[in-house]
Amino acid sequence: MKTYDFNQQYISKIDKEIAISTDNVQVHYGKSHAIFDASLDFPRFQITSLIGASGSGKSTYLRCLNRMNDKIAQVDGKILYRNTDINSKKINVYEVRRHIGMVFQRPNPFAKSIKDNILFALRNNGINDKNELQKRLETSLKDAALWDEVKDDLDKSALALSGGQQQRLCIARSIAMHPDILLLDEPASALDPISTSKIEETLELLSKSYTIIIVTHNMQQASRISDYTAFFHMGHIIEYNETKNIFTAPEIKATEDYISGDFG
Amino acid sequence: MNAKKSDKLATGIIYGLVGIVVTILISLLGYILYNGVPDINWHFLTSEAQSFSAGGGVRDQLFNSLYLLILALIISFPIALGAGIYLSEYAKDNWITDIIRTSIEVLSSLPSVVVGLFGYLLLVIQLNLGFSILAGAIALTFFNLPLLTRNIEESLSSVPDLQREAGTSLGLSGWKTITKIILPMALPGILTGLILCSGRIFGEAAALIYTAGQSAPSVDYGNWNPFTETSFLNPMRPAETLAVHIWKVNTESVTPDAGVISSASSAVLIIVILIFNLGARYLGNKLFKKMTAAK
Ligand SMILES: Nc1ncnc2c1ncn2[C@@H]1O[C@H](COP(=O)(O)OP(=O)(O)OP(=O)(O)O)[C@@H](O)[C@H]1O
Ligand SMILES: [Mg+2]
Repeated sequence: MKTYDFNQQYISKIDKEIAISTDNVQVHYGKSHAIFDASLDFPRFQITSLIGASGSGKSTYLRCLNRMNDKIAQVDGKILYRNTDINSKKINVYEVRRHIGMVFQRPNPFAKSIKDNILFALRNNGINDKNELQKRLETSLKDAALWDEVKDDLDKSALALSGGQQQRLCIARSIAMHPDILLLDEPASALDPISTSKIEETLELLSKSYTIIIVTHNMQQASRISDYTAFFHMGHIIEYNETKNIFTAPEIKATEDYISGDFG
Repeated sequence: MNAKKSDKLATGIIYGLVGIVVTILISLLGYILYNGVPDINWHFLTSEAQSFSAGGGVRDQLFNSLYLLILALIISFPIALGAGIYLSEYAKDNWITDIIRTSIEVLSSLPSVVVGLFGYLLLVIQLNLGFSILAGAIALTFFNLPLLTRNIEESLSSVPDLQREAGTSLGLSGWKTITKIILPMALPGILTGLILCSGRIFGEAAALIYTAGQSAPSVDYGNWNPFTETSFLNPMRPAETLAVHIWKVNTESVTPDAGVISSASSAVLIIVILIFNLGARYLGNKLFKKMTAAK
Protein backbone atom coordinates (compact mmCIF):
# COMPACT_ATOMS: atom_id res chain seq x y z
CA MET A 1 0.00 0.00 0.00
CA LYS A 2 1.22 3.47 -0.82
CA THR A 3 1.75 5.74 2.12
CA TYR A 4 0.32 9.19 2.19
CA ASP A 5 0.96 12.11 4.46
CA PHE A 6 -2.05 12.52 6.74
CA ASN A 7 -1.15 16.15 7.28
CA GLN A 8 -1.94 16.86 3.70
CA GLN A 9 -5.59 17.67 4.00
CA TYR A 10 -8.01 19.78 2.14
CA ILE A 11 -11.18 20.55 4.06
CA SER A 12 -13.31 23.08 2.25
CA LYS A 13 -15.38 25.57 4.20
CA ILE A 14 -19.11 25.40 3.69
CA ASP A 15 -20.90 28.68 3.08
CA LYS A 16 -24.36 27.17 3.46
CA GLU A 17 -26.47 26.63 6.54
CA ILE A 18 -24.91 23.86 8.62
CA ALA A 19 -27.06 21.00 9.92
CA ILE A 20 -24.48 19.22 12.03
CA SER A 21 -20.75 19.48 12.47
CA THR A 22 -17.98 17.66 14.24
CA ASP A 23 -15.08 19.35 15.92
CA ASN A 24 -11.91 17.35 16.53
CA VAL A 25 -13.67 14.05 16.97
CA GLN A 26 -11.46 11.17 18.07
CA VAL A 27 -12.59 7.58 18.32
CA HIS A 28 -10.82 4.80 20.16
CA TYR A 29 -11.74 1.13 20.16
CA GLY A 30 -9.96 0.15 23.34
CA LYS A 31 -6.38 1.19 22.64
CA SER A 32 -6.73 1.39 18.88
CA HIS A 33 -7.23 4.85 17.48
CA ALA A 34 -9.84 4.66 14.71
CA ILE A 35 -10.70 8.30 13.94
CA PHE A 36 -8.23 11.20 14.18
CA ASP A 37 -9.24 14.85 14.56
CA ALA A 38 -12.33 14.66 12.40
CA SER A 39 -13.74 18.15 11.84
CA LEU A 40 -16.44 18.51 9.21
CA ASP A 41 -19.48 20.71 8.61
CA PHE A 42 -22.46 19.12 6.92
CA PRO A 43 -24.68 21.46 4.92
CA ARG A 44 -28.41 21.37 5.49
CA PHE A 45 -30.71 19.70 2.93
CA GLN A 46 -27.77 18.35 0.98
CA ILE A 47 -26.46 14.88 0.43
CA THR A 48 -22.93 14.31 1.68
CA SER A 49 -21.20 11.07 0.92
CA LEU A 50 -18.37 9.52 2.89
CA ILE A 51 -15.99 7.48 0.77
CA GLY A 52 -12.77 5.61 1.45
CA ALA A 53 -11.26 2.17 1.52
CA SER A 54 -12.52 -0.59 3.74
CA GLY A 55 -11.47 0.00 7.33
CA SER A 56 -10.84 3.70 6.79
CA GLY A 57 -13.35 4.59 9.51
CA LYS A 58 -16.41 5.74 7.58
CA SER A 59 -18.89 3.69 9.58
CA THR A 60 -17.16 4.50 12.83
CA TYR A 61 -17.40 8.21 12.09
CA LEU A 62 -21.00 8.03 10.88
CA ARG A 63 -22.11 6.17 13.99
CA CYS A 64 -20.72 8.93 16.19
CA LEU A 65 -23.20 11.35 14.72
CA ASN A 66 -26.18 9.79 16.48
CA ARG A 67 -24.32 8.25 19.39
CA MET A 68 -24.54 4.68 18.11
CA ASN A 69 -20.97 4.10 19.27
CA ASP A 70 -21.88 4.72 22.89
CA LYS A 71 -21.34 1.19 24.13
CA ILE A 72 -18.73 0.22 21.60
CA ALA A 73 -16.10 2.93 21.46
CA GLN A 74 -14.71 5.96 23.22
CA VAL A 75 -15.68 9.10 21.33
CA ASP A 76 -14.04 12.42 22.22
CA GLY A 77 -14.48 15.85 20.74
CA LYS A 78 -17.52 17.93 19.99
CA ILE A 79 -20.47 17.15 17.77
CA LEU A 80 -22.54 20.26 17.28
CA TYR A 81 -26.19 20.04 16.40
CA ARG A 82 -28.46 23.05 16.87
CA ASN A 83 -25.79 24.77 18.95
CA THR A 84 -25.56 21.87 21.35
CA ASP A 85 -22.73 19.44 21.83
CA ILE A 86 -24.57 16.15 21.44
CA ASN A 87 -21.46 14.22 22.32
CA SER A 88 -21.71 15.48 25.88
CA LYS A 89 -22.56 13.04 28.66
CA LYS A 90 -25.54 15.07 29.79
CA ILE A 91 -27.36 14.75 26.48
CA ASN A 92 -30.45 12.56 26.21
CA VAL A 93 -29.22 10.09 23.60
CA TYR A 94 -32.70 8.82 22.81
CA GLU A 95 -33.73 12.31 21.90
CA VAL A 96 -30.63 12.69 19.72
CA ARG A 97 -31.49 9.53 17.82
CA ARG A 98 -35.02 10.73 17.22
CA HIS A 99 -33.59 13.76 15.46
CA ILE A 100 -30.83 11.92 13.70
CA GLY A 101 -32.03 8.66 12.18
CA MET A 102 -29.96 5.83 10.79
CA VAL A 103 -30.30 3.20 8.08
CA PHE A 104 -27.91 0.27 8.05
CA GLN A 105 -26.10 -1.73 5.42
CA ARG A 106 -28.25 -4.82 5.76
CA PRO A 107 -32.00 -4.21 5.86
CA ASN A 108 -33.22 -4.84 9.40
CA PRO A 109 -36.99 -4.61 9.52
CA PHE A 110 -38.66 -5.87 12.68
CA ALA A 111 -40.43 -9.22 12.56
CA LYS A 112 -43.71 -7.35 12.54
CA SER A 113 -46.18 -6.24 9.91
CA ILE A 114 -45.21 -3.52 7.46
CA LYS A 115 -47.51 -1.14 9.25
CA ASP A 116 -46.17 -1.95 12.70
CA ASN A 117 -42.61 -1.52 11.49
CA ILE A 118 -43.41 2.13 10.85
CA LEU A 119 -45.73 2.72 13.79
CA PHE A 120 -43.93 0.81 16.51
CA ALA A 121 -41.34 3.45 17.37
CA LEU A 122 -43.87 6.25 16.95
CA ARG A 123 -46.22 4.67 19.48
CA ASN A 124 -43.34 4.09 21.85
CA ASN A 125 -42.52 7.74 21.60
CA GLY A 126 -45.97 8.64 22.76
CA ILE A 127 -47.74 9.33 19.48
CA ASN A 128 -51.13 7.69 19.81
CA ASP A 129 -53.42 9.85 17.73
CA LYS A 130 -54.94 7.57 15.07
CA ASN A 131 -55.04 10.20 12.34
CA GLU A 132 -51.50 11.28 13.00
CA LEU A 133 -50.27 7.68 12.87
CA GLN A 134 -52.13 6.98 9.66
CA LYS A 135 -50.76 10.14 8.10
CA ARG A 136 -47.21 9.32 9.06
CA LEU A 137 -47.58 5.76 7.82
CA GLU A 138 -48.74 6.91 4.44
CA THR A 139 -46.37 9.82 3.92
CA SER A 140 -43.29 7.97 5.10
CA LEU A 141 -44.00 5.04 2.80
CA LYS A 142 -44.70 7.43 -0.06
CA ASP A 143 -41.53 9.38 0.62
CA ALA A 144 -39.56 6.16 0.61
CA ALA A 145 -41.19 5.25 -2.74
CA LEU A 146 -42.68 2.10 -1.29
CA TRP A 147 -46.33 3.02 -0.88
CA ASP A 148 -47.54 1.82 -4.28
CA GLU A 149 -45.93 -1.55 -3.79
CA VAL A 150 -47.26 -2.27 -0.31
CA LYS A 151 -50.41 -0.22 0.20
CA ASP A 152 -52.62 -3.31 -0.05
CA ASP A 153 -50.40 -5.45 2.15
CA LEU A 154 -49.81 -3.23 5.15
CA ASP A 155 -50.67 -6.06 7.53
CA LYS A 156 -48.30 -8.51 5.92
CA SER A 157 -45.04 -9.39 7.60
CA ALA A 158 -42.20 -7.10 6.61
CA LEU A 159 -39.94 -10.13 6.34
CA ALA A 160 -41.88 -11.24 3.28
CA LEU A 161 -40.65 -8.19 1.31
CA SER A 162 -37.68 -8.28 -1.05
CA GLY A 163 -34.34 -6.96 0.16
CA GLY A 164 -34.76 -3.70 -1.73
CA GLN A 165 -38.27 -3.20 -0.40
CA GLN A 166 -37.10 -4.00 3.12
CA GLN A 167 -34.40 -1.37 2.83
CA ARG A 168 -36.90 1.23 1.65
CA LEU A 169 -39.14 0.19 4.53
CA CYS A 170 -36.23 0.86 6.89
CA ILE A 171 -35.82 4.29 5.32
CA ALA A 172 -39.54 4.89 5.74
CA ARG A 173 -39.35 3.73 9.34
CA SER A 174 -36.60 6.26 9.98
CA ILE A 175 -38.28 9.20 8.31
CA ALA A 176 -41.60 8.47 9.97
CA MET A 177 -39.92 9.76 13.12
CA HIS A 178 -39.51 13.08 11.31
CA PRO A 179 -35.78 13.32 11.91
CA ASP A 180 -33.71 16.25 10.72
CA ILE A 181 -30.81 14.22 9.55
CA LEU A 182 -30.67 10.80 7.99
CA LEU A 183 -27.49 8.73 8.26
CA LEU A 184 -27.11 5.82 5.87
CA ASP A 185 -24.31 3.25 6.00
CA GLU A 186 -23.94 1.64 2.58
CA PRO A 187 -27.71 1.29 2.29
CA ALA A 188 -27.59 -0.16 -1.21
CA SER A 189 -24.55 -2.38 -1.08
CA ALA A 190 -26.57 -5.55 -0.57
CA LEU A 191 -29.05 -4.74 -3.33
CA ASP A 192 -29.40 -5.31 -7.06
CA PRO A 193 -28.99 -2.40 -9.52
CA ILE A 194 -32.71 -1.75 -9.87
CA SER A 195 -33.32 -1.56 -6.14
CA THR A 196 -30.19 0.54 -5.85
CA SER A 197 -31.39 3.11 -8.33
CA LYS A 198 -34.76 3.21 -6.57
CA ILE A 199 -33.02 3.96 -3.31
CA GLU A 200 -30.94 6.64 -5.00
CA GLU A 201 -34.04 8.30 -6.41
CA THR A 202 -35.62 8.12 -2.99
CA LEU A 203 -32.63 9.81 -1.40
CA GLU A 204 -32.59 12.58 -3.96
CA LEU A 205 -36.23 13.30 -3.28
CA LEU A 206 -35.67 13.18 0.46
CA SER A 207 -32.78 15.63 0.28
CA LYS A 208 -35.30 18.39 -0.32
CA SER A 209 -36.38 18.13 3.28
CA TYR A 210 -33.67 16.10 5.03
CA THR A 211 -29.97 16.42 5.52
CA ILE A 212 -28.49 13.17 4.30
CA ILE A 213 -25.10 11.67 5.08
CA ILE A 214 -24.34 8.45 3.29
CA VAL A 215 -21.42 6.04 3.37
CA THR A 216 -20.79 4.37 0.06
CA HIS A 217 -18.19 2.26 -1.69
CA ASN A 218 -19.70 3.03 -5.02
CA MET A 219 -17.96 6.00 -6.66
CA GLN A 220 -20.61 6.40 -9.32
CA GLN A 221 -23.21 6.50 -6.62
CA ALA A 222 -21.31 9.14 -4.69
CA SER A 223 -20.83 11.28 -7.77
CA ARG A 224 -24.41 10.76 -8.95
CA ILE A 225 -26.34 11.63 -5.84
CA SER A 226 -24.19 13.61 -3.46
CA ASP A 227 -23.54 17.31 -3.28
CA TYR A 228 -20.51 17.02 -1.01
CA THR A 229 -18.00 14.24 -0.53
CA ALA A 230 -15.54 13.45 2.23
CA PHE A 231 -12.68 11.09 1.57
CA PHE A 232 -11.47 8.98 4.50
CA HIS A 233 -8.13 7.29 4.73
CA MET A 234 -6.94 5.26 7.72
CA GLY A 235 -9.06 7.20 10.17
CA HIS A 236 -8.16 10.63 8.74
CA ILE A 237 -10.37 12.85 6.67
CA ILE A 238 -8.10 13.68 3.77
CA GLU A 239 -10.33 15.75 1.58
CA TYR A 240 -13.77 17.30 1.84
CA ASN A 241 -15.30 19.34 -0.91
CA GLU A 242 -18.17 19.67 -3.31
CA THR A 243 -18.61 16.34 -5.04
CA LYS A 244 -17.93 17.72 -8.48
CA ASN A 245 -14.58 19.09 -7.34
CA ILE A 246 -13.61 15.88 -5.63
CA PHE A 247 -14.31 13.84 -8.69
CA THR A 248 -12.95 16.17 -11.34
CA ALA A 249 -10.19 18.09 -9.64
CA PRO A 250 -9.15 16.57 -6.31
CA GLU A 251 -6.69 18.65 -4.35
CA ILE A 252 -4.83 15.81 -2.67
CA LYS A 253 -2.88 13.04 -4.32
CA ALA A 254 -4.41 10.32 -2.11
CA THR A 255 -7.91 11.32 -3.14
CA GLU A 256 -6.96 11.35 -6.78
CA ASP A 257 -5.40 7.90 -6.54
CA TYR A 258 -8.37 6.49 -4.70
CA ILE A 259 -10.86 7.86 -7.18
CA SER A 260 -8.90 6.71 -10.18
CA GLY A 261 -8.54 3.27 -8.68
CA ASP A 262 -4.77 3.63 -8.37
CA PHE A 263 -4.77 3.24 -4.63
CA GLY A 264 -2.45 0.88 -2.77
CA MET B 1 -10.22 -44.41 -3.38
CA ASN B 2 -11.75 -41.70 -5.55
CA ALA B 3 -13.85 -38.87 -4.23
CA LYS B 4 -17.11 -40.39 -5.35
CA LYS B 5 -16.50 -43.70 -3.65
CA SER B 6 -15.33 -42.19 -0.38
CA ASP B 7 -18.30 -39.90 -0.42
CA LYS B 8 -20.59 -42.87 -0.83
CA LEU B 9 -18.87 -44.72 1.95
CA ALA B 10 -19.07 -41.77 4.31
CA THR B 11 -22.75 -41.28 3.52
CA GLY B 12 -23.34 -44.99 4.10
CA ILE B 13 -21.64 -44.89 7.48
CA ILE B 14 -23.59 -41.83 8.55
CA TYR B 15 -26.87 -43.43 7.52
CA GLY B 16 -25.86 -46.56 9.38
CA LEU B 17 -25.14 -44.64 12.57
CA VAL B 18 -28.37 -42.70 12.35
CA GLY B 19 -30.13 -46.00 11.77
CA ILE B 20 -28.71 -47.42 14.99
CA VAL B 21 -29.83 -44.41 17.02
CA VAL B 22 -33.31 -44.46 15.52
CA THR B 23 -33.65 -48.20 16.03
CA ILE B 24 -32.69 -47.96 19.68
CA LEU B 25 -35.10 -45.12 20.28
CA ILE B 26 -37.98 -46.67 18.45
CA SER B 27 -37.58 -50.06 20.09
CA LEU B 28 -37.36 -48.45 23.51
CA LEU B 29 -40.41 -46.31 22.96
CA GLY B 30 -42.21 -49.14 21.22
CA TYR B 31 -41.46 -51.53 24.06
CA ILE B 32 -42.76 -49.17 26.72
CA LEU B 33 -45.87 -48.27 24.77
CA TYR B 34 -46.58 -51.84 23.68
CA ASN B 35 -46.40 -53.10 27.24
CA GLY B 36 -48.19 -50.22 28.84
CA VAL B 37 -50.86 -48.84 26.54
CA PRO B 38 -53.21 -51.89 26.73
CA ASP B 39 -53.49 -51.36 30.49
CA ILE B 40 -54.26 -47.67 30.31
CA ASN B 41 -57.94 -47.02 30.74
CA TRP B 42 -60.24 -44.49 32.28
CA HIS B 43 -60.33 -46.29 35.59
CA PHE B 44 -56.53 -46.36 35.76
CA LEU B 45 -56.29 -42.64 35.13
CA THR B 46 -59.02 -41.63 37.54
CA SER B 47 -58.65 -43.78 40.60
CA GLU B 48 -56.38 -43.75 43.60
CA ALA B 49 -53.31 -45.89 43.93
CA GLN B 50 -53.66 -49.00 46.09
CA SER B 51 -50.99 -50.11 48.51
CA PHE B 52 -51.93 -53.75 48.94
CA SER B 53 -54.67 -54.74 46.54
CA ALA B 54 -54.80 -54.83 42.76
CA GLY B 55 -56.69 -52.36 40.58
CA GLY B 56 -55.02 -49.14 41.71
CA GLY B 57 -54.73 -46.11 39.47
CA VAL B 58 -52.50 -43.07 39.17
CA ARG B 59 -54.93 -40.18 39.47
CA ASP B 60 -53.11 -38.44 42.30
CA GLN B 61 -49.66 -39.12 40.89
CA LEU B 62 -50.63 -37.70 37.52
CA PHE B 63 -52.09 -34.62 39.11
CA ASN B 64 -49.09 -34.20 41.41
CA SER B 65 -46.72 -34.38 38.48
CA LEU B 66 -48.61 -31.65 36.64
CA TYR B 67 -49.03 -29.49 39.71
CA LEU B 68 -45.35 -29.75 40.58
CA LEU B 69 -44.45 -28.98 37.01
CA ILE B 70 -46.54 -25.84 36.98
CA LEU B 71 -45.23 -24.64 40.34
CA ALA B 72 -41.65 -25.36 39.30
CA LEU B 73 -42.13 -23.37 36.11
CA ILE B 74 -43.80 -20.50 37.91
CA ILE B 75 -40.77 -20.25 40.18
CA SER B 76 -38.04 -20.94 37.66
CA PHE B 77 -39.23 -19.16 34.53
CA PRO B 78 -39.07 -15.58 35.81
CA ILE B 79 -35.66 -16.20 37.37
CA ALA B 80 -34.35 -17.86 34.23
CA LEU B 81 -35.79 -15.10 32.08
CA GLY B 82 -34.08 -12.43 34.13
CA ALA B 83 -30.80 -14.31 34.18
CA GLY B 84 -31.04 -15.08 30.46
CA ILE B 85 -31.71 -11.45 29.58
CA TYR B 86 -28.84 -10.36 31.78
CA LEU B 87 -26.39 -12.82 30.25
CA SER B 88 -27.38 -12.18 26.67
CA GLU B 89 -27.97 -8.44 26.72
CA TYR B 90 -26.15 -6.85 29.61
CA ALA B 91 -23.27 -9.05 30.76
CA LYS B 92 -19.85 -7.70 29.80
CA ASP B 93 -17.16 -10.06 28.65
CA ASN B 94 -15.26 -10.28 31.91
CA TRP B 95 -14.35 -12.72 34.64
CA ILE B 96 -17.59 -12.24 36.58
CA THR B 97 -19.60 -13.31 33.57
CA ASP B 98 -17.23 -16.21 33.08
CA ILE B 99 -17.83 -17.34 36.65
CA ILE B 100 -21.59 -17.09 36.21
CA ARG B 101 -21.47 -19.07 32.98
CA THR B 102 -19.25 -21.73 34.50
CA SER B 103 -21.49 -22.10 37.55
CA ILE B 104 -24.50 -22.53 35.31
CA GLU B 105 -22.67 -25.20 33.38
CA VAL B 106 -21.64 -27.02 36.54
CA LEU B 107 -25.16 -26.78 37.90
CA SER B 108 -26.62 -28.17 34.70
CA SER B 109 -24.44 -31.23 34.85
CA LEU B 110 -25.19 -31.88 38.50
CA PRO B 111 -26.80 -35.32 38.89
CA SER B 112 -30.42 -34.95 39.92
CA VAL B 113 -29.87 -37.25 42.89
CA VAL B 114 -27.48 -34.67 44.27
CA VAL B 115 -30.04 -31.94 43.69
CA GLY B 116 -32.57 -34.11 45.51
CA LEU B 117 -30.35 -34.75 48.52
CA PHE B 118 -29.33 -31.12 48.67
CA GLY B 119 -33.01 -30.16 48.55
CA TYR B 120 -33.69 -32.64 51.32
CA LEU B 121 -31.04 -31.16 53.60
CA LEU B 122 -31.79 -27.54 52.85
CA LEU B 123 -35.53 -27.43 52.28
CA VAL B 124 -36.96 -30.42 54.05
CA ILE B 125 -34.69 -30.36 57.11
CA GLN B 126 -33.15 -26.91 57.52
CA LEU B 127 -36.07 -24.82 56.33
CA ASN B 128 -38.50 -27.23 57.86
CA LEU B 129 -40.70 -27.54 54.79
CA GLY B 130 -41.06 -31.28 55.30
CA PHE B 131 -41.77 -33.59 52.38
CA SER B 132 -43.91 -31.21 50.40
CA ILE B 133 -44.87 -30.01 46.98
CA LEU B 134 -43.17 -26.72 47.78
CA ALA B 135 -39.87 -28.42 48.62
CA GLY B 136 -40.22 -30.50 45.46
CA ALA B 137 -40.95 -27.49 43.31
CA ILE B 138 -37.92 -25.64 44.65
CA ALA B 139 -35.70 -28.68 44.10
CA LEU B 140 -37.02 -28.89 40.56
CA THR B 141 -36.20 -25.22 40.15
CA PHE B 142 -32.55 -25.92 41.07
CA PHE B 143 -32.62 -28.74 38.60
CA ASN B 144 -34.31 -26.75 35.86
CA LEU B 145 -32.77 -23.28 36.17
CA PRO B 146 -29.43 -23.88 34.47
CA LEU B 147 -30.88 -25.40 31.32
CA LEU B 148 -33.74 -22.94 31.09
CA THR B 149 -31.41 -19.98 31.60
CA ARG B 150 -29.07 -21.27 28.92
CA ASN B 151 -31.96 -21.84 26.58
CA ILE B 152 -33.32 -18.33 27.08
CA GLU B 153 -29.88 -16.79 26.73
CA GLU B 154 -29.26 -18.68 23.51
CA SER B 155 -32.65 -17.80 22.07
CA LEU B 156 -32.01 -14.14 22.79
CA SER B 157 -28.47 -14.15 21.44
CA SER B 158 -29.64 -15.76 18.23
CA VAL B 159 -31.64 -12.63 17.42
CA PRO B 160 -29.36 -10.64 15.09
CA ASP B 161 -27.65 -7.54 16.53
CA LEU B 162 -29.07 -5.59 13.62
CA GLN B 163 -32.42 -5.75 15.37
CA ARG B 164 -30.95 -4.15 18.48
CA GLU B 165 -29.37 -1.44 16.35
CA ALA B 166 -32.68 -0.85 14.62
CA GLY B 167 -34.38 -0.29 17.95
CA THR B 168 -31.60 1.89 19.32
CA SER B 169 -31.40 4.02 16.18
CA LEU B 170 -35.11 4.80 16.49
CA GLY B 171 -34.54 6.33 19.89
CA LEU B 172 -35.89 3.39 21.90
CA SER B 173 -34.29 2.62 25.23
CA GLY B 174 -32.33 -0.57 25.67
CA TRP B 175 -35.05 -2.05 27.84
CA LYS B 176 -37.82 -1.28 25.33
CA THR B 177 -35.73 -2.73 22.54
CA ILE B 178 -35.21 -5.92 24.51
CA THR B 179 -38.76 -6.37 25.69
CA LYS B 180 -40.60 -5.23 22.58
CA ILE B 181 -38.31 -6.34 19.75
CA ILE B 182 -35.77 -8.90 20.85
CA LEU B 183 -37.93 -10.92 23.23
CA PRO B 184 -40.80 -11.43 20.77
CA MET B 185 -38.33 -12.61 18.13
CA ALA B 186 -36.78 -15.03 20.59
CA LEU B 187 -40.16 -16.27 21.78
CA PRO B 188 -40.46 -19.36 19.57
CA GLY B 189 -37.06 -20.58 20.77
CA ILE B 190 -37.84 -19.77 24.39
CA LEU B 191 -41.18 -21.53 24.21
CA THR B 192 -39.68 -24.62 22.63
CA GLY B 193 -37.03 -24.74 25.33
CA LEU B 194 -39.59 -24.22 28.05
CA ILE B 195 -41.72 -27.12 26.89
CA LEU B 196 -38.72 -29.40 26.47
CA CYS B 197 -37.68 -28.52 30.02
CA SER B 198 -41.20 -29.37 31.11
CA GLY B 199 -40.72 -32.83 29.67
CA ARG B 200 -37.53 -33.23 31.68
CA ILE B 201 -39.22 -32.05 34.87
CA PHE B 202 -42.20 -34.26 34.29
CA GLY B 203 -40.04 -37.36 34.03
CA GLU B 204 -37.77 -36.46 36.95
CA ALA B 205 -37.79 -38.81 39.94
CA ALA B 206 -34.45 -38.65 41.75
CA ALA B 207 -34.73 -34.96 42.68
CA LEU B 208 -38.19 -35.54 44.11
CA ILE B 209 -37.92 -38.73 46.15
CA TYR B 210 -36.50 -36.89 49.17
CA THR B 211 -38.20 -33.54 48.62
CA ALA B 212 -41.77 -33.97 47.46
CA GLY B 213 -41.77 -37.34 49.14
CA GLN B 214 -43.03 -40.79 48.24
CA SER B 215 -46.55 -40.75 49.50
CA ALA B 216 -49.73 -39.46 47.98
CA PRO B 217 -52.22 -38.73 50.78
CA SER B 218 -55.78 -38.59 49.58
CA VAL B 219 -56.85 -35.11 48.75
CA ASP B 220 -60.12 -33.43 48.09
CA TYR B 221 -60.33 -32.23 44.48
CA GLY B 222 -63.32 -30.09 45.37
CA ASN B 223 -61.43 -28.04 47.93
CA TRP B 224 -59.91 -25.06 46.14
CA ASN B 225 -58.44 -23.40 49.19
CA PRO B 226 -54.71 -24.11 49.02
CA PHE B 227 -54.29 -23.18 52.69
CA THR B 228 -56.32 -26.10 54.00
CA GLU B 229 -54.85 -29.48 54.78
CA THR B 230 -56.98 -31.56 52.45
CA SER B 231 -57.01 -29.28 49.44
CA PHE B 232 -55.50 -30.74 46.29
CA LEU B 233 -53.74 -27.38 45.87
CA ASN B 234 -52.14 -27.46 49.33
CA PRO B 235 -48.43 -26.96 48.58
CA MET B 236 -47.36 -28.23 51.99
CA ARG B 237 -48.56 -31.80 51.51
CA PRO B 238 -46.25 -34.59 50.37
CA ALA B 239 -46.83 -35.54 46.78
CA GLU B 240 -45.63 -38.61 44.99
CA THR B 241 -45.34 -37.97 41.27
CA LEU B 242 -45.80 -40.37 38.41
CA ALA B 243 -42.08 -40.89 37.91
CA VAL B 244 -41.52 -41.47 41.63
CA HIS B 245 -44.49 -43.84 41.62
CA ILE B 246 -42.91 -45.91 38.87
CA TRP B 247 -39.70 -46.11 40.83
CA LYS B 248 -41.52 -47.03 43.99
CA VAL B 249 -43.80 -49.62 42.46
CA ASN B 250 -40.77 -51.30 40.97
CA THR B 251 -38.71 -51.30 44.14
CA GLU B 252 -41.00 -51.92 47.04
CA SER B 253 -44.56 -52.46 45.96
CA VAL B 254 -46.51 -55.41 47.33
CA THR B 255 -49.60 -55.06 45.15
CA PRO B 256 -50.19 -58.16 43.01
CA ASP B 257 -50.48 -56.06 39.82
CA ALA B 258 -47.28 -54.06 40.36
CA GLY B 259 -45.95 -55.04 36.94
CA VAL B 260 -49.05 -53.83 35.14
CA ILE B 261 -49.15 -50.59 37.09
CA SER B 262 -45.51 -49.88 36.44
CA SER B 263 -45.74 -50.46 32.69
CA ALA B 264 -48.99 -48.55 32.34
CA SER B 265 -47.59 -45.64 34.35
CA SER B 266 -44.45 -45.62 32.25
CA ALA B 267 -46.55 -45.49 29.11
CA VAL B 268 -48.59 -42.59 30.51
CA LEU B 269 -45.37 -40.76 31.37
CA ILE B 270 -43.91 -41.31 27.92
CA ILE B 271 -47.11 -40.24 26.21
CA VAL B 272 -47.31 -37.01 28.20
CA ILE B 273 -43.67 -36.24 27.42
CA LEU B 274 -44.24 -37.02 23.75
CA ILE B 275 -47.17 -34.64 23.75
CA PHE B 276 -44.94 -31.97 25.29
CA ASN B 277 -42.27 -32.49 22.67
CA LEU B 278 -44.58 -32.55 19.69
CA GLY B 279 -46.45 -29.59 21.14
CA ALA B 280 -43.18 -27.70 21.50
CA ARG B 281 -42.33 -28.24 17.87
CA TYR B 282 -45.78 -27.39 16.66
CA LEU B 283 -46.10 -24.24 18.74
CA GLY B 284 -42.56 -23.10 17.98
CA ASN B 285 -43.08 -23.51 14.24
CA LYS B 286 -46.45 -21.90 14.32
CA LEU B 287 -45.26 -18.89 16.29
CA PHE B 288 -42.28 -18.47 14.02
CA LYS B 289 -44.46 -18.66 10.93
CA LYS B 290 -46.89 -16.22 12.37
CA MET B 291 -44.12 -13.74 12.93
CA THR B 292 -42.24 -14.16 9.70
CA ALA B 293 -44.68 -15.19 7.00
CA ALA B 294 -47.49 -13.20 5.52
CA LYS B 295 -50.57 -13.02 7.68
N1 LIG C 1 -16.62 -2.81 17.02
C1 LIG C 1 -15.31 -2.62 16.75
N2 LIG C 1 -14.37 -2.99 17.64
C2 LIG C 1 -13.06 -2.79 17.39
N3 LIG C 1 -12.58 -2.24 16.26
C3 LIG C 1 -13.46 -1.85 15.33
C4 LIG C 1 -14.87 -2.03 15.52
N4 LIG C 1 -15.52 -1.56 14.43
C5 LIG C 1 -14.55 -1.13 13.60
N5 LIG C 1 -13.32 -1.29 14.13
C6 LIG C 1 -12.03 -0.92 13.52
O1 LIG C 1 -12.07 0.46 13.23
C7 LIG C 1 -11.52 0.74 11.95
C8 LIG C 1 -12.54 1.44 11.09
O2 LIG C 1 -13.61 0.56 10.83
P1 LIG C 1 -14.94 1.01 10.11
O3 LIG C 1 -15.91 -0.10 10.22
O4 LIG C 1 -15.34 2.33 10.61
O5 LIG C 1 -14.44 1.14 8.60
P2 LIG C 1 -15.29 1.42 7.29
O6 LIG C 1 -14.62 2.54 6.60
O7 LIG C 1 -16.72 1.56 7.60
O8 LIG C 1 -15.03 0.08 6.48
P3 LIG C 1 -16.02 -0.69 5.48
O9 LIG C 1 -15.97 0.06 4.22
O10 LIG C 1 -15.40 -2.03 5.36
O11 LIG C 1 -17.36 -0.72 6.11
C9 LIG C 1 -11.09 -0.60 11.39
O12 LIG C 1 -9.72 -0.77 11.63
C10 LIG C 1 -11.85 -1.61 12.19
O13 LIG C 1 -11.13 -2.80 12.34
MG1 LIG D 1 -18.50 0.39 7.17
